[in-house]
Amino acid sequence: MATQTLDRPLAGAVRTGPKRAAEWARRAPLLPALVFTIIITQLPFVVTLIISFLRWNALDPDDRGFAGLGNYIAVATDSALRSSVVSTVILTVAVVVVSLLLGLGLALLLDQRFRGRGFVRTLLIAPFLVVPVAAALLWKHVLYNPEYGLLNGALTWIWGLFGGATPPQPDWISTMPKIAVEAALVWQWTPFMMLILLAGLQSRPADAVEAARMDGATPWQVFRYLTLPHLRQYLELGGLLGSIYIVQNFDAVFTITSGGLGTANLPYTIYQTFFQAHDYGQASAAGVVVVIASIVIATFALRVVSSLLRNEVKR
Amino acid sequence: MRARKAWRPWGVFAWLAGILFALPVLWMVLTSFHSESDAATNPPSLLAPLTLSGYEEFFGAGSGASPWPPLINSASASIGSTVLVLLLAVPAAYALSIKPVRKWSDVLFFFLSTKMLPVVAGTLPIYLFAQFSGLLDNISFLTVLYTSMNLPIAVWLMRSFLAEVPSEMLEAAALDGAGLVTTLRRVVAPVAMPGIAATSLICFIFSWNELLFARVLTGVVAGTAPVFLTSFVTSQGLFLAKVCAAATVISLPVLAAGFAAQDKLVQGLSLGAVK
Repeated sequence: MATQTLDRPLAGAVRTGPKRAAEWARRAPLLPALVFTIIITQLPFVVTLIISFLRWNALDPDDRGFAGLGNYIAVATDSALRSSVVSTVILTVAVVVVSLLLGLGLALLLDQRFRGRGFVRTLLIAPFLVVPVAAALLWKHVLYNPEYGLLNGALTWIWGLFGGATPPQPDWISTMPKIAVEAALVWQWTPFMMLILLAGLQSRPADAVEAARMDGATPWQVFRYLTLPHLRQYLELGGLLGSIYIVQNFDAVFTITSGGLGTANLPYTIYQTFFQAHDYGQASAAGVVVVIASIVIATFALRVVSSLLRNEVKR
Repeated sequence: MRARKAWRPWGVFAWLAGILFALPVLWMVLTSFHSESDAATNPPSLLAPLTLSGYEEFFGAGSGASPWPPLINSASASIGSTVLVLLLAVPAAYALSIKPVRKWSDVLFFFLSTKMLPVVAGTLPIYLFAQFSGLLDNISFLTVLYTSMNLPIAVWLMRSFLAEVPSEMLEAAALDGAGLVTTLRRVVAPVAMPGIAATSLICFIFSWNELLFARVLTGVVAGTAPVFLTSFVTSQGLFLAKVCAAATVISLPVLAAGFAAQDKLVQGLSLGAVK
């Protein structure tokens, strides 16, 4: 609103005054942030792009030179890197989809009236507020540990209630490493999805729902034809923000499995190629591949966000 | 009236879900107050006596490095970068929202698009630059990086909060001959204060939580709290209470801030787009 009403008088002012100076005066407050962002976020990517065409291993400093597409060919043929691409996709899709669905269910529950709703919301937010490394440590040591972890402890306790002497005591991380990492991330991200969807539910026009109920719509019909269409852009927003952060996940993979057992995703693999194998050229090529993949996601993301922005301006 | 008092299955489900989700956190806090031998029992010992030994161990009464330097490093990087972010983001958001420059939405998208590029792909040049200019293991350098990490989000958030400043107030300020700084301080800041608070909170949380840059670029001197926590990654059963105490202490600032400002967090985390 403010944006639109203000546009006109200012545009008038620009026409009468010296145009150039006025335009610079408008831009000036923007410039420090813009210049800073360009220098610190864009330059490194350009340098990464350049290094990706070089033969550069810090352990072998004499053999430095132009590599052409060599690093990219290595990335495409390196089975470890290829499997980390697959891991990244599986991890991201699984965590985003499951946490969105769980978040939707919880948001619908929290949208009902019941005693202690505020307190339950506080309980549900807790996982999102634990420092990611701490959360990953919590799952690795406190929940998954095969000897004294809470999961196996609970199994022992439940078996004990029924007089069972030999409860199953699986080693969660080594038998299902991917699910172990995913479960910890779903636990952390479900509250985030729930919060966004709850904001969406609470902005749903109540009179439409009321009218539909009057007309004899079942709760399922209200959900399917009123709630879900209204939530669509909130679901997209949650999915996209979640994807952006989970594609980049480093903390959980690093902490829970240290990239072992087929859980190494691209950020972890690139980190290792940089700082353990010291193959700067190849790691940069892998980095460029991640950037290209991200641009594909981001293009889609920006389209969705721009539709959100249009809605806001319309309002 | 009868319907309101009836037994509500949804409420029960919600309570169960809430307890289930909070259980690992509650268990972490409870375990941090147990002795090491009570912490590592199977089945779990819910009613074991409480003790502060895990915390004493963590804060260095026992062996190992003191957690104070990493905690102080984290605090200064998080608070320092939050202040820097606000100094840069508020004027930028002001330019983008209150006095829209031409192509303002393109500029806004540029800021947001930088958040979508994976950090890890820019880490090597930053590492090489830090090595070259002697800025490795330097908390100020990390603070600058955290500023760049949070600036795009802050510009986005602040823009949507500043768009709510009534235009009449700005016109009045302009008529009175107020310059940019005066307008920002006297007119914009008071109205936008809740938004500034939400933005600061989010920037603080993201900086406090960050691991990749901190792990790559810091070492002995400038290591942050999350880096300190990674020293527990391979620790074995004898230290469960200590691990839980460490995780609790380091999560405490974020937990406290987040619980205190739940609504602002929702508004901010959805990038100000969802209102």
